[in-house]
Amino acid sequence: MPPKTTAHKLAKDQKEISVAEFFEKNRQILGFDSPIKSIIMGVKEAVDNALDACEEAGILPDIIVKIDRIDQREYCISIEDNGPGIVSTSMPNVFGRLLYGSRFHAVRQSRGQQGIGISATIMYGQITTGKPATARSKVEGAEAAKEIDIIIDTKKNKPILLREEFIPWDDVSHGTRISFYMSGRYVTGRQSIYEYLRQTAIVNPHSSITFIDPSGKKYVFDRATNQLPPKTKEIKPHPDGLELGTLMNMTKATKERSLVKFLQNDFNRVSERVAKEICKAANLPQTTRLTSMTLESSKKLLDGISKVKIMAPQADCLSPIGDKLIRTGLKHVLDEVRPEFYAPPVTRDPKVHSGNPFLVEVGIVYGGGLPRDQQVQIYRFANRVPLLYQQGACVITKAIENTDWRRYGLEQRGGSGIPFGPAIILVHVASTKVPFTSEAKEAISSIPNIQEEIELALKACGRNLRTHLNKKERRNKTRAKFEIVQEIIPLMAEKTSGILGKPVPDLRGTITKIMNVIWIDDSVTYEKGRHRVKISIYNYTPKQQRFSIHTIIPGGSLNEKSCSLKPSNIKDEEKISWDLPRIASTEIYSLTYELNGLDADEYQDIELYISKINPIDVMGADPLPGDWDVESVNFIESEVVDLEEELDEEPDYDESGEDLDDE
Amino acid sequence: MTSNKRNDEAVQRLYSISESIYKQLERGEIPKMTLPLRTKANIKFDKKSSVWKYGKQKGARSAKRVRGAMMLLRTSYMLEFIQEMIESDRSSTLRESYYISEGWGKAKFNSQDESNMLAEDLEIVTQCMREDFKLRPEEDGARVIGDLNLVETDRRGRLKALNCRDDVGDSGYGIPYNVEKEKLKLSSTSAKFVIAVETGGMFDRLVENGFDETEDAVLVHLKGQPARSTRRFIKRLNDEMKLPVVVFTDCDPWSFRIYASVAYGAIKTAHLSEYLATPSAEFIGITASDIEAYDLPTDKLTDMDIRALNAELKDPRFNTGYWHNEIELMLKMGKKAEQQALAKYGLDYVTNTYLPEKLNELGLMRK
Repeated sequence: MPPKTTAHKLAKDQKEISVAEFFEKNRQILGFDSPIKSIIMGVKEAVDNALDACEEAGILPDIIVKIDRIDQREYCISIEDNGPGIVSTSMPNVFGRLLYGSRFHAVRQSRGQQGIGISATIMYGQITTGKPATARSKVEGAEAAKEIDIIIDTKKNKPILLREEFIPWDDVSHGTRISFYMSGRYVTGRQSIYEYLRQTAIVNPHSSITFIDPSGKKYVFDRATNQLPPKTKEIKPHPDGLELGTLMNMTKATKERSLVKFLQNDFNRVSERVAKEICKAANLPQTTRLTSMTLESSKKLLDGISKVKIMAPQADCLSPIGDKLIRTGLKHVLDEVRPEFYAPPVTRDPKVHSGNPFLVEVGIVYGGGLPRDQQVQIYRFANRVPLLYQQGACVITKAIENTDWRRYGLEQRGGSGIPFGPAIILVHVASTKVPFTSEAKEAISSIPNIQEEIELALKACGRNLRTHLNKKERRNKTRAKFEIVQEIIPLMAEKTSGILGKPVPDLRGTITKIMNVIWIDDSVTYEKGRHRVKISIYNYTPKQQRFSIHTIIPGGSLNEKSCSLKPSNIKDEEKISWDLPRIASTEIYSLTYELNGLDADEYQDIELYISKINPIDVMGADPLPGDWDVESVNFIESEVVDLEEELDEEPDYDESGEDLDDE
Repeated sequence: MTSNKRNDEAVQRLYSISESIYKQLERGEIPKMTLPLRTKANIKFDKKSSVWKYGKQKGARSAKRVRGAMMLLRTSYMLEFIQEMIESDRSSTLRESYYISEGWGKAKFNSQDESNMLAEDLEIVTQCMREDFKLRPEEDGARVIGDLNLVETDRRGRLKALNCRDDVGDSGYGIPYNVEKEKLKLSSTSAKFVIAVETGGMFDRLVENGFDETEDAVLVHLKGQPARSTRRFIKRLNDEMKLPVVVFTDCDPWSFRIYASVAYGAIKTAHLSEYLATPSAEFIGITASDIEAYDLPTDKLTDMDIRALNAELKDPRFNTGYWHNEIELMLKMGKKAEQQALAKYGLDYVTNTYLPEKLNELGLMRK
């Protein structure tokens, strides 16, 4: 046992430290642990706040980020938004006091949660440069903006204003601008301000972000949609996965007196019936006084909660980006790499971790200018905020590593680890409380049910990618055969008959043996509000063929007179069917029609279906789906079989693949 | 067979390939052409000639695939081109024939590898040599120094008799691409054996040290993987002059293949092994055991070297106790060495010590 005097001595030295002082000494906790990272963090905190403020006020965000280089080590960073502004009396506390904010106690999805960000940023700037920050804000209808120069008294966690005045800000009707000096280092690349803003633009397609870098170069990420994310609702905690400590705090803080009322009124998705059921399962009387709850009875209550099935939390406390806007955002920002395919994104239903609802969204971009021989790029987002650091520690990365991507068309050694290939995998975790591994909010903790949800979403999206790749492979194979029968075989016949001085032989037999398929190709041209569609049907089978073809068009756009063949059926003005005439072996039949009154990009990919024929014999159209609902449809359900024909007795000479050279 | 007869025969055989393609099209079949597989797994030792030739495994070049279809189409273009050359008594290099295909439209070769491969394929199918098709390699054969008298018919048709030591400069006699009898007659020699050397540096060392004179040797520079004409030349020295052949190379996996192509026949040209390979040629190192015995300076095996050695363990030509021991020892040591590493013991070491020791084992030195 240490001598008593030591304890006394220690106690003497122990004194209260303010939160601000604590953070000053432990700034790496907030992510300010390197000069490069610090200025990214500074931008990130201010941009997160600006987006949150705009969305809360229902304003489409216009954000301008500007970095000026003061000297080798010092930068001036300013972020301006068109948000609702901050009333002048609140400004000192918003910018000059740590842990000050309205969102700390709310159960709802937002970017900033702890209210540490912007004031910590200002404090870090102040510590490294000794200069105050300048904040300016104007609320709707105000005649002038309030501008303050502010520093933080780190001992008292209190703002000190060095200057405060009203100044005109005429070109702005409402908004906020914060500028601060910070020592740091400006870089470009994977972990940079540019990349942070770019990824922010992907998941916030409703915002417009302008970035002016230290050399004065201006980048603009335009708004891709005018659709604001729906406002998230505040909800009460959901009982699933609640921690004992949290539960005990809630029992102390509640205004309710009886257990059953507490359950019913202080929790999400607990009805009177469910509350009673929980009491029964916990073996606690419904009338139990909350003041009498002990550790023992709290444990029993928690046990009871786990035994009762409780409805999943409603989604409206969360703000998923949605499959359509994920696609829009990705397309908008990644246009320059011209990806070949955007896999339809997947948004999962909300689930719960520790009483907090969360949901997972995944999008995959494939091909085009993305590098083929490197690991895939992982874009991680939490509540629409990009996570640039600590990739390895993040549950998103773990879920990706844990998925067997070989099934979905990416390379992956041994079926685990980060896959290789020309792809970007986007994962968004939205939650009323994202469980980060640290206050710097750089990585999401490995919570088993979050990881499981991510894996399920990755698999669903991966299947979409696989479907595309399969289709592409089939198309390529067929195109290759097309080249053989349309170009090479006729040339071969011409050349050999010329050498032998004999007539060119009839090639039908050879051609149908090579293809043995009906090939359907389509093309669309657009001119003056009119889509002209041509569907070419090549019968490369040895027999004559007769079948029906179907397509879906935007409702009511078909110009019936333009159809080269009268449709046999038009359903709901959008489902068109034709019964084709007999097509003889090696003959080509063309079907044309026009659509009127559509924008060019409203009709690009033609959906084609076939019926009254074995789909194995057809390339370029799918069997009619069961829900098409056309009368007298008679299609044969069958597996899609690879184009590969029966194997020859000999192996393929040109594919033996062995290096013949001895050198 | 005279040169012209052979050319006519070649055209006749090529013609029958086009005929076969035409007939298959006429019958409504998918045109194809069957060839022996040119793989390691399909070379077999031919007891009669003691060389390695293609076995019975066949592959089909079929118009079912783009590559196969293109090669079949090119065969007909190639036939026309060869026919034209024979009629106008011209010849072209393999590279020129690749460029000629520029005018073939869709049938144009994508790379010279493709045109070289087709030329070899046609040799196999027709059982002719590419010289019969008027095709020749652009690279010449390598150099020879030694007391060897021969008569070469030059480009103007004049007969030139020369001695490969006295009538040539220090770089020796250059082996022409065609070393067949109508071009080159071997007359006489005082030499006792032929030493084929992999690297130019070592060849020049032996020349400078006068090894050809002191030991009565014909020195042949292989220039890495030896050209067909070099191998054919060595084969004729062995056959007609009755000279034993030894092969002297670096100690690395690629050098072993050089020896194999001289002695056993190369996988790529196994259809010509009977013309090109010298089954009695002996390997005189440098071997892995020599590295140990002579304590030679070494380099580390690269990943590619290791892969090549492992491939050789599966190569039927190296399937002997001797080669397996050497290759496994080399893998164990993880080391390789150059011929010129012998200079560790001085410039004369190779001619005064190493080669005499090696040749004595074979009974080839007179000392």
